[in-house]
Amino acid sequence: MSKLITLEAVTNRIRDGMVVMIGGFIDVGVPNLLIDALVETGKKNLTIIANDTGTPGNGVAKLVENKVASKVIASHIGTNPETGRQLNSGETEVKLIPQGTLVERIRAAGAGLGGFLTPTGVGTIAEEGKKKITVQNKEYLLEIPLKADVAIIKAFKGDSKGNLRFRRAARNFNPIMATAATYVVAEVEEYLESDWMDPDEVMLPGIFVDAIVKGGE
Amino acid sequence: MNSRELIARRVAKELQDGDVVNLGIGMPTMVANYIPNEINITFQSENGFLGLGPVPPEGEEDKDVTNAGGKPVTILPGGACFDSSFSFLIIRGGHVDVTVLGALEVDEQGNLANWMIPGKIVPGMGGAMDLVVGAKKVIVSMEHLTKKGEPKILKQCQLPLTASKQVNLIVTEMAVIEVAPEGLVLKEIAPGLTVEKVQENTEAKLIISPELKVIEL
Repeated sequence: MSKLITLEAVTNRIRDGMVVMIGGFIDVGVPNLLIDALVETGKKNLTIIANDTGTPGNGVAKLVENKVASKVIASHIGTNPETGRQLNSGETEVKLIPQGTLVERIRAAGAGLGGFLTPTGVGTIAEEGKKKITVQNKEYLLEIPLKADVAIIKAFKGDSKGNLRFRRAARNFNPIMATAATYVVAEVEEYLESDWMDPDEVMLPGIFVDAIVKGGE
Repeated sequence: MNSRELIARRVAKELQDGDVVNLGIGMPTMVANYIPNEINITFQSENGFLGLGPVPPEGEEDKDVTNAGGKPVTILPGGACFDSSFSFLIIRGGHVDVTVLGALEVDEQGNLANWMIPGKIVPGMGGAMDLVVGAKKVIVSMEHLTKKGEPKILKQCQLPLTASKQVNLIVTEMAVIEVAPEGLVLKEIAPGLTVEKVQENTEAKLIISPELKVIEL
Protein backbone atom coordinates (compact mmCIF):
# COMPACT_ATOMS: atom_id res chain seq x y z
CA MET A 1 0.00 0.00 0.00
CA SER A 2 1.35 3.39 -0.96
CA LYS A 3 2.06 5.97 1.71
CA LEU A 4 1.86 8.78 -0.84
CA ILE A 5 -0.83 11.33 0.06
CA THR A 6 -1.86 14.82 -1.05
CA LEU A 7 -0.78 18.04 0.64
CA GLU A 8 -4.44 18.66 1.43
CA ALA A 9 -4.64 15.39 3.35
CA VAL A 10 -1.63 16.51 5.39
CA THR A 11 -2.92 19.98 6.19
CA ASN A 12 -6.28 18.50 7.22
CA ARG A 13 -4.45 16.55 9.92
CA ILE A 14 -2.65 19.61 11.31
CA ARG A 15 -4.86 21.78 13.50
CA ASP A 16 -4.27 25.22 14.99
CA GLY A 17 -2.41 25.08 18.30
CA MET A 18 -0.58 21.81 17.60
CA VAL A 19 3.08 21.16 18.39
CA VAL A 20 4.95 20.60 15.12
CA MET A 21 8.54 19.46 14.68
CA ILE A 22 10.24 20.54 11.48
CA GLY A 23 13.40 18.90 10.19
CA GLY A 24 16.29 20.78 8.64
CA PHE A 25 19.36 22.82 9.46
CA ILE A 26 19.15 26.42 8.23
CA ASP A 27 18.18 25.83 4.57
CA VAL A 28 19.39 22.23 4.24
CA GLY A 29 17.03 19.26 4.51
CA VAL A 30 13.95 21.41 5.12
CA PRO A 31 10.45 20.22 4.01
CA ASN A 32 9.69 23.36 2.02
CA LEU A 33 6.56 22.10 0.28
CA LEU A 34 4.97 21.14 3.60
CA ILE A 35 5.95 24.46 5.18
CA ASP A 36 4.36 26.33 2.26
CA ALA A 37 1.19 24.28 2.74
CA LEU A 38 0.99 25.33 6.41
CA VAL A 39 1.32 28.97 5.41
CA GLU A 40 -1.17 28.75 2.53
CA THR A 41 -3.85 27.06 4.65
CA GLY A 42 -3.50 29.79 7.28
CA LYS A 43 -2.53 27.65 10.27
CA LYS A 44 -2.28 29.58 13.55
CA ASN A 45 -0.78 29.27 17.02
CA LEU A 46 1.51 26.37 16.19
CA THR A 47 4.38 25.58 18.52
CA ILE A 48 7.32 24.97 16.21
CA ILE A 49 10.25 22.79 17.26
CA ALA A 50 13.17 23.16 14.84
CA ASN A 51 16.92 23.59 15.05
CA ASP A 52 16.65 27.17 13.76
CA THR A 53 14.24 29.46 11.94
CA GLY A 54 15.88 29.46 8.51
CA THR A 55 16.93 32.50 6.53
CA PRO A 56 14.65 35.41 5.48
CA GLY A 57 11.99 34.18 3.05
CA ASN A 58 13.08 30.53 3.27
CA GLY A 59 11.87 27.43 5.09
CA VAL A 60 10.92 27.80 8.76
CA ALA A 61 11.31 31.60 8.41
CA LYS A 62 8.01 31.67 6.48
CA LEU A 63 6.17 30.30 9.52
CA VAL A 64 7.59 33.10 11.65
CA GLU A 65 7.07 35.83 9.05
CA ASN A 66 3.43 34.78 8.44
CA LYS A 67 2.65 34.35 12.17
CA VAL A 68 1.84 30.68 11.80
CA ALA A 69 3.93 30.04 14.91
CA SER A 70 3.10 31.57 18.27
CA LYS A 71 5.95 29.72 19.99
CA VAL A 72 9.32 28.62 18.68
CA ILE A 73 11.65 26.13 20.34
CA ALA A 74 15.08 26.19 18.65
CA SER A 75 18.82 26.25 19.27
CA HIS A 76 19.66 29.19 17.04
CA ILE A 77 17.66 32.04 15.50
CA GLY A 78 20.58 34.21 14.35
CA THR A 79 20.17 33.49 10.62
CA ASN A 80 16.66 34.97 10.66
CA PRO A 81 16.53 38.47 12.20
CA GLU A 82 12.70 38.52 12.09
CA THR A 83 12.54 35.84 14.81
CA GLY A 84 14.79 37.97 17.00
CA ARG A 85 12.59 41.00 16.36
CA GLN A 86 9.42 39.09 17.30
CA LEU A 87 11.17 37.75 20.41
CA ASN A 88 12.23 41.23 21.54
CA SER A 89 8.79 42.73 20.82
CA GLY A 90 7.03 39.86 22.61
CA GLU A 91 5.00 38.90 19.52
CA THR A 92 6.33 35.36 19.54
CA GLU A 93 7.55 33.25 22.44
CA VAL A 94 11.03 31.87 21.73
CA LYS A 95 12.72 29.22 23.81
CA LEU A 96 16.39 28.59 23.07
CA ILE A 97 17.93 25.22 23.90
CA PRO A 98 21.52 24.03 23.28
CA GLN A 99 21.58 22.10 20.01
CA GLY A 100 22.85 18.83 21.46
CA THR A 101 20.30 19.01 24.27
CA LEU A 102 17.48 19.81 21.82
CA VAL A 103 18.16 16.81 19.61
CA GLU A 104 18.76 14.50 22.58
CA ARG A 105 15.47 15.56 24.23
CA ILE A 106 13.71 14.63 20.98
CA ARG A 107 15.63 11.34 20.84
CA ALA A 108 14.71 10.61 24.46
CA ALA A 109 11.02 11.04 23.63
CA GLY A 110 11.33 8.70 20.66
CA ALA A 111 13.37 6.19 22.65
CA GLY A 112 10.99 5.96 25.59
CA LEU A 113 13.44 7.45 28.07
CA GLY A 114 12.38 9.56 31.04
CA GLY A 115 15.17 12.02 30.32
CA PHE A 116 18.95 12.17 30.39
CA LEU A 117 21.82 13.85 32.19
CA THR A 118 24.00 16.29 30.26
CA PRO A 119 26.97 18.42 31.33
CA THR A 120 25.94 21.01 28.72
CA GLY A 121 24.62 24.22 30.24
CA VAL A 122 25.88 23.66 33.80
CA GLY A 123 26.82 27.07 35.23
CA THR A 124 24.83 28.96 32.57
CA ILE A 125 21.27 30.29 32.33
CA ALA A 126 20.39 27.04 30.52
CA GLU A 127 20.27 25.38 33.95
CA GLU A 128 17.44 27.59 35.24
CA GLY A 129 14.54 25.53 36.53
CA LYS A 130 16.33 22.25 36.01
CA LYS A 131 17.34 19.63 38.51
CA LYS A 132 21.12 19.33 38.97
CA ILE A 133 22.40 15.84 39.65
CA THR A 134 25.95 14.87 40.64
CA VAL A 135 27.24 11.55 39.32
CA GLN A 136 30.81 10.45 40.10
CA ASN A 137 31.71 13.98 41.22
CA LYS A 138 30.52 15.64 38.03
CA GLU A 139 27.45 17.89 37.75
CA TYR A 140 24.78 17.27 35.14
CA LEU A 141 21.43 18.80 34.23
CA LEU A 142 18.38 16.58 34.06
CA GLU A 143 16.77 17.14 30.68
CA ILE A 144 13.32 15.76 29.91
CA PRO A 145 11.86 14.35 26.67
CA LEU A 146 10.39 16.60 24.00
CA LYS A 147 7.64 15.26 21.75
CA ALA A 148 5.22 16.64 19.20
CA ASP A 149 1.81 16.06 17.66
CA VAL A 150 3.24 16.18 14.16
CA ALA A 151 6.68 16.01 12.56
CA ILE A 152 7.23 17.23 9.02
CA ILE A 153 10.55 16.05 7.68
CA LYS A 154 12.54 15.99 4.43
CA ALA A 155 14.31 13.00 2.88
CA PHE A 156 16.16 12.29 -0.35
CA LYS A 157 14.41 9.03 -1.17
CA GLY A 158 11.39 7.13 0.10
CA ASP A 159 9.68 3.86 -0.80
CA SER A 160 6.10 2.59 -0.49
CA LYS A 161 6.86 1.15 2.96
CA GLY A 162 7.89 4.63 4.11
CA ASN A 163 11.56 3.72 4.39
CA LEU A 164 13.74 6.79 3.99
CA ARG A 165 17.22 7.64 2.88
CA PHE A 166 18.79 11.02 3.50
CA ARG A 167 21.60 12.73 1.63
CA ARG A 168 24.75 14.45 2.94
CA ALA A 169 24.09 17.08 5.64
CA ALA A 170 20.36 17.04 4.90
CA ARG A 171 19.88 14.25 7.46
CA ASN A 172 20.38 16.44 10.57
CA PHE A 173 17.24 16.46 12.81
CA ASN A 174 14.96 14.65 10.31
CA PRO A 175 15.19 10.97 11.35
CA ILE A 176 15.24 11.81 15.08
CA MET A 177 12.10 13.97 14.89
CA ALA A 178 10.29 11.17 13.07
CA THR A 179 10.60 9.00 16.20
CA ALA A 180 9.07 11.57 18.57
CA ALA A 181 5.81 12.68 16.96
CA THR A 182 2.35 11.12 16.78
CA TYR A 183 1.94 11.79 13.05
CA VAL A 184 4.93 11.94 10.70
CA VAL A 185 4.96 13.20 7.13
CA ALA A 186 8.04 13.03 4.94
CA GLU A 187 8.63 15.14 1.86
CA VAL A 188 10.87 13.21 -0.55
CA GLU A 189 12.75 14.12 -3.71
CA GLU A 190 12.43 10.64 -5.15
CA TYR A 191 9.63 8.14 -4.48
CA LEU A 192 9.74 4.44 -5.30
CA GLU A 193 6.08 3.66 -5.96
CA SER A 194 6.43 -0.04 -6.72
CA ASP A 195 9.92 -0.87 -5.56
CA TRP A 196 11.78 -0.92 -2.26
CA MET A 197 15.10 0.32 -1.11
CA ASP A 198 17.82 -2.12 -0.23
CA PRO A 199 17.44 -2.67 3.54
CA ASP A 200 21.04 -1.56 4.08
CA GLU A 201 20.26 1.71 2.34
CA VAL A 202 17.41 2.57 4.74
CA MET A 203 18.37 5.25 7.27
CA LEU A 204 14.93 5.56 8.88
CA PRO A 205 12.64 2.50 8.91
CA GLY A 206 9.22 3.09 7.36
CA ILE A 207 7.34 2.23 10.58
CA PHE A 208 8.10 5.78 11.71
CA VAL A 209 6.62 7.40 8.62
CA ASP A 210 2.83 7.73 8.32
CA ALA A 211 2.68 9.53 5.00
CA ILE A 212 4.85 10.76 2.16
CA VAL A 213 4.46 13.70 -0.18
CA LYS A 214 6.50 14.05 -3.33
CA GLY A 215 8.47 17.28 -3.35
CA GLY A 216 10.83 18.82 -5.82
CA GLU A 217 14.57 19.04 -5.39
CA MET B 1 49.44 40.47 7.67
CA ASN B 2 46.19 41.69 9.26
CA SER B 3 45.28 40.73 12.82
CA ARG B 4 42.67 38.15 11.80
CA GLU B 5 45.21 36.31 9.68
CA LEU B 6 47.79 36.42 12.46
CA ILE B 7 45.30 34.90 14.91
CA ALA B 8 44.22 32.19 12.47
CA ARG B 9 47.85 31.29 11.66
CA ARG B 10 48.76 31.05 15.33
CA VAL B 11 45.71 28.90 16.19
CA ALA B 12 46.56 26.58 13.29
CA LYS B 13 49.89 25.82 15.00
CA GLU B 14 48.00 24.37 17.98
CA LEU B 15 46.48 21.58 15.89
CA GLN B 16 48.22 18.23 15.86
CA ASP B 17 48.36 15.47 13.29
CA GLY B 18 45.27 13.27 13.59
CA ASP B 19 43.14 15.78 15.51
CA VAL B 20 39.37 15.96 15.05
CA VAL B 21 38.57 19.68 15.06
CA ASN B 22 35.41 21.78 15.05
CA LEU B 23 35.82 25.39 13.91
CA GLY B 24 33.25 28.02 14.84
CA ILE B 25 31.71 30.28 12.25
CA GLY B 26 33.56 33.49 11.35
CA MET B 27 37.24 34.01 12.13
CA PRO B 28 37.78 30.44 13.46
CA THR B 29 36.85 29.12 9.99
CA MET B 30 39.98 30.84 8.61
CA VAL B 31 42.18 28.50 10.67
CA ALA B 32 41.63 25.76 8.07
CA ASN B 33 43.54 27.86 5.50
CA TYR B 34 46.81 27.66 7.45
CA ILE B 35 47.23 23.96 8.31
CA PRO B 36 50.67 22.73 7.16
CA ASN B 37 50.52 20.02 4.46
CA GLU B 38 52.14 17.37 6.63
CA ILE B 39 49.46 17.73 9.32
CA ASN B 40 46.27 15.71 8.83
CA ILE B 41 43.20 17.21 10.45
CA THR B 42 39.61 15.94 10.23
CA PHE B 43 37.15 18.79 10.51
CA GLN B 44 33.76 18.11 12.08
CA SER B 45 30.69 20.12 11.13
CA GLU B 46 27.95 19.95 13.77
CA ASN B 47 25.16 19.90 11.18
CA GLY B 48 26.22 16.34 10.50
CA PHE B 49 29.48 15.32 8.89
CA LEU B 50 33.19 14.71 9.27
CA GLY B 51 35.61 15.68 6.51
CA LEU B 52 34.62 19.31 6.00
CA GLY B 53 36.48 20.66 2.98
CA PRO B 54 36.97 24.01 1.25
CA VAL B 55 34.32 26.25 -0.29
CA PRO B 56 33.40 24.86 -3.75
CA PRO B 57 33.93 26.88 -6.94
CA GLU B 58 30.90 28.95 -7.94
CA GLY B 59 28.35 26.82 -9.75
CA GLU B 60 29.54 23.59 -8.10
CA GLU B 61 27.71 24.01 -4.80
CA ASP B 62 25.75 21.01 -3.45
CA LYS B 63 22.41 22.09 -1.94
CA ASP B 64 22.81 19.44 0.78
CA VAL B 65 26.35 20.40 1.85
CA THR B 66 26.88 23.52 3.94
CA ASN B 67 28.80 24.34 7.09
CA ALA B 68 26.97 25.03 10.36
CA GLY B 69 26.57 28.65 9.27
CA GLY B 70 24.64 27.60 6.16
CA LYS B 71 27.46 28.48 3.72
CA PRO B 72 28.33 26.06 0.89
CA VAL B 73 31.32 23.81 1.62
CA THR B 74 32.51 20.39 0.43
CA ILE B 75 32.93 16.97 2.00
CA LEU B 76 36.38 15.55 1.33
CA PRO B 77 36.99 11.96 0.15
CA GLY B 78 36.85 9.75 3.25
CA GLY B 79 34.21 11.97 4.87
CA ALA B 80 31.18 10.64 6.72
CA CYS B 81 27.60 11.89 7.26
CA PHE B 82 25.31 11.34 10.24
CA ASP B 83 22.27 12.77 12.00
CA SER B 84 22.28 15.54 14.62
CA SER B 85 22.01 13.11 17.54
CA PHE B 86 25.16 11.29 16.44
CA SER B 87 26.86 14.61 15.69
CA PHE B 88 26.40 15.65 19.31
CA LEU B 89 27.43 12.22 20.54
CA ILE B 90 30.74 13.02 18.82
CA ILE B 91 30.83 16.51 20.34
CA ARG B 92 29.56 15.87 23.87
CA GLY B 93 31.23 12.49 24.15
CA GLY B 94 34.75 13.90 23.99
CA HIS B 95 35.52 12.70 20.46
CA VAL B 96 36.43 16.20 19.26
CA ASP B 97 40.02 17.04 20.16
CA VAL B 98 39.89 20.78 19.63
CA THR B 99 37.16 23.36 19.18
CA VAL B 100 37.96 26.93 18.15
CA LEU B 101 35.38 29.62 18.90
CA GLY B 102 35.06 33.38 18.99
CA ALA B 103 34.14 35.20 22.21
CA LEU B 104 32.38 38.31 23.42
CA GLU B 105 34.07 37.88 26.80
CA VAL B 106 36.38 35.39 28.44
CA ASP B 107 37.62 35.53 32.02
CA GLU B 108 40.45 34.39 34.28
CA GLN B 109 38.58 31.25 35.33
CA GLY B 110 38.15 30.15 31.73
CA ASN B 111 34.50 31.15 31.60
CA LEU B 112 33.25 32.00 28.13
CA ALA B 113 30.42 34.27 26.96
CA ASN B 114 29.70 34.22 23.25
CA TRP B 115 26.02 33.64 22.58
CA MET B 116 23.92 36.63 23.58
CA ILE B 117 23.76 40.26 24.65
CA PRO B 118 20.52 40.57 26.66
CA GLY B 119 18.02 42.95 25.07
CA LYS B 120 20.22 43.46 22.02
CA ILE B 121 21.16 40.34 20.12
CA VAL B 122 19.92 36.90 21.05
CA PRO B 123 21.02 34.60 18.23
CA GLY B 124 20.96 31.52 20.46
CA MET B 125 23.73 29.20 21.56
CA GLY B 126 23.37 26.73 18.68
CA GLY B 127 25.93 24.00 19.29
CA ALA B 128 28.40 26.19 21.20
CA MET B 129 27.46 25.10 24.73
CA ASP B 130 27.87 21.43 23.81
CA LEU B 131 31.12 22.04 21.94
CA VAL B 132 32.76 23.96 24.75
CA VAL B 133 31.78 21.36 27.35
CA GLY B 134 32.58 18.33 25.19
CA ALA B 135 35.78 19.14 23.28
CA LYS B 136 39.04 18.07 24.90
CA LYS B 137 40.65 21.45 24.20
CA VAL B 138 38.83 24.77 23.86
CA ILE B 139 40.63 27.60 22.05
CA VAL B 140 39.15 31.08 21.99
CA SER B 141 40.29 33.01 18.93
CA MET B 142 39.29 36.65 18.94
CA GLU B 143 40.46 40.23 18.63
CA HIS B 144 41.91 41.38 21.96
CA LEU B 145 39.58 44.37 22.33
CA THR B 146 35.96 45.18 21.46
CA LYS B 147 35.21 47.51 18.54
CA LYS B 148 34.97 50.29 21.15
CA GLY B 149 38.48 49.43 22.36
CA GLU B 150 37.44 47.82 25.64
CA PRO B 151 39.07 44.67 27.06
CA LYS B 152 37.33 41.34 26.37
CA ILE B 153 39.58 39.34 28.70
CA LEU B 154 38.03 40.09 32.07
CA LYS B 155 38.31 39.24 35.76
CA GLN B 156 34.76 37.95 35.49
CA CYS B 157 32.43 37.64 32.51
CA GLN B 158 29.43 39.98 32.69
CA LEU B 159 27.37 38.50 29.85
CA PRO B 160 25.45 35.21 30.12
CA LEU B 161 27.91 32.33 29.95
CA THR B 162 28.23 29.74 27.21
CA ALA B 163 30.05 27.45 29.63
CA SER B 164 31.74 27.61 32.98
CA LYS B 165 35.53 27.05 33.30
CA GLN B 166 36.10 25.29 29.98
CA VAL B 167 38.48 27.55 28.02
CA ASN B 168 42.08 26.30 27.75
CA LEU B 169 43.78 28.83 25.48
CA ILE B 170 43.13 32.38 24.26
CA VAL B 171 44.73 33.55 21.02
CA THR B 172 44.46 37.21 20.02
CA GLU B 173 46.46 39.54 17.76
CA MET B 174 48.32 40.70 20.88
CA ALA B 175 48.97 37.55 22.83
CA VAL B 176 48.68 33.85 23.48
CA ILE B 177 47.28 33.25 26.95
CA GLU B 178 46.85 29.94 28.72
CA VAL B 179 44.09 29.41 31.26
CA ALA B 180 45.82 27.69 34.20
CA PRO B 181 44.52 26.80 37.70
CA GLU B 182 46.45 29.81 39.11
CA GLY B 183 45.06 32.24 36.52
CA LEU B 184 45.84 33.56 33.04
CA VAL B 185 49.41 32.89 31.96
CA LEU B 186 50.86 35.13 29.26
CA LYS B 187 52.89 32.75 27.08
CA GLU B 188 53.53 34.72 23.90
CA ILE B 189 53.23 38.33 22.79
CA ALA B 190 52.98 39.84 19.30
CA PRO B 191 56.16 41.24 17.74
CA GLY B 192 56.77 44.85 18.80
CA LEU B 193 54.47 44.73 21.84
CA THR B 194 55.49 44.99 25.47
CA VAL B 195 54.11 42.98 28.39
CA GLU B 196 52.88 46.30 29.89
CA LYS B 197 50.92 47.10 26.74
CA VAL B 198 49.21 43.68 26.75
CA GLN B 199 48.35 44.04 30.46
CA GLU B 200 46.95 47.55 29.85
CA ASN B 201 44.54 46.04 27.34
CA THR B 202 43.56 43.13 29.58
CA GLU B 203 41.32 43.58 32.62
CA ALA B 204 42.35 40.30 34.24
CA LYS B 205 45.78 40.17 35.89
CA LEU B 206 48.26 38.30 33.72
CA ILE B 207 50.85 35.93 35.13
CA ILE B 208 54.01 36.25 33.04
CA SER B 209 55.36 32.91 31.92
CA PRO B 210 59.10 32.43 32.65
CA GLU B 211 59.32 31.15 29.07
CA LEU B 212 57.56 34.19 27.58
CA LYS B 213 58.35 34.56 23.89
CA VAL B 214 57.34 36.42 20.79
CA ILE B 215 54.53 34.79 18.75
CA GLU B 216 56.08 32.66 16.02
CA LEU B 217 54.08 31.70 12.96
